[in-house]
Amino acid sequence: MREYGDGARALAGGQTLLVLMKLRFDEPSDIIDLGSIPDMCYIDHDDDEVRIGALATHAAIAESPLGEMIPIIKDCANGIADVQVRNRGTIGGSLASGDPSCDWPALLHTLDAELLCEGPDGQRILPIQGFVEDLYQTALAPNEILTEVRFKRPPINSSGAYAGFKRCAPAYPTATAGVQITLTDNNLCQDVRIALGSAGLTPIHATDAERVLRGKALNAETIEQATEAAVNAAEPVEDMRGSERFKRSVLAVLVKRAIDAATRRCRGEKVEMSHEYY
Amino acid sequence: MSITKAVERIEVNITVNGQDYQRVIEPRLLLVQFLREELRLTGTRIGCDTTYCGACTVLLNGKPVKSCTVLAVQADQSEIMTVEGLEQDDELHPLQTAFSEHHGLQCGYCTPGMLMSSYALLAANPKPSQKEIRKAIAGNLCRCTGYHNIFIAIDAAAKKMQDS
Repeated sequence: MREYGDGARALAGGQTLLVLMKLRFDEPSDIIDLGSIPDMCYIDHDDDEVRIGALATHAAIAESPLGEMIPIIKDCANGIADVQVRNRGTIGGSLASGDPSCDWPALLHTLDAELLCEGPDGQRILPIQGFVEDLYQTALAPNEILTEVRFKRPPINSSGAYAGFKRCAPAYPTATAGVQITLTDNNLCQDVRIALGSAGLTPIHATDAERVLRGKALNAETIEQATEAAVNAAEPVEDMRGSERFKRSVLAVLVKRAIDAATRRCRGEKVEMSHEYY
Repeated sequence: MSITKAVERIEVNITVNGQDYQRVIEPRLLLVQFLREELRLTGTRIGCDTTYCGACTVLLNGKPVKSCTVLAVQADQSEIMTVEGLEQDDELHPLQTAFSEHHGLQCGYCTPGMLMSSYALLAANPKPSQKEIRKAIAGNLCRCTGYHNIFIAIDAAAKKMQDS
């Protein structure tokens, strides 16, 4: 990357980069295909931690044991675009593109993920929080690549759900919401993460909404308040997918659905969840 | 800036429908262009060219991908299957017969992509439910049929392939 300079781009699955190039949104001087680097597709876990190589595809993640272990991961991986895109698109590409419509950046806020980045000056570990700095802008240095996503395995009393809405399978989402909840023995919300995707120029981490729920019982009133706080934190931009107002109303539904599914999963229920489309 | 640069050409070795091909190509060439223009396998269509419509769907190492969003150089050393690979010994594949019998096409433009997505589905899941069929071809758009007859055709082909 150092040799080719700032105009070079790293190519993973190409499902964002090649599309941006066709639209002339990006015109790299050189493309460096990471596909020839072996061993970047792993999906590993031990009792404490999950480590996913940056070149693991959405399809491989959805079909891996992680999908059953951590349901929010499967909701997301299985709901991205369509079969064909899931077979090519990678978790690392989704993050490194800084595309506000990509699902992983928002989702990984619910798991407090860390991102391993490597460049000529060595490795650094960046928190997911703040990694996407602006539209198509990440904290990666121009000569750095993302190599691994890692996060702690949620405790046994914790579960999550990722809900999305899109116009059709291959379309980018209109909006998405991810919720990871940890319940106490007496059904209080011990901890929670709420993140919104396609709801602004960067992923939105709805910390105010989390504060509403933390330490409280999850009931109609607290869920309503948290949803309102989450929707207030969103900064949706009007585009062909809908007006700002429409997107806020979609987000409200998604946040509630995700809280409901996450809570039921915490109690051991099996709940099907993915991106909805017509 | 890239215009002034001499474009390096790269050798690729790609197996398509069981036959090995070696070509020296520009790195910018998309897999779909490689298939259509270098190999003259024009069954694979370019529809939207934006990773949306699925008309360009082919199997890359057994998995359906949109060949308009894969560079041919990324498919080096890979196995590709296109719609031309479905027919065996002058016999149409049961999916092709079913699409014909059940009117699973009108203009036919989306059909090669539909066939490749459904071929991959049945290879992985010989008895798909209606929901699974719908999910498998969710990345393939059809502007004529309303999809109904396509679902029927895939279901019929699945049943026929189990019987035989």
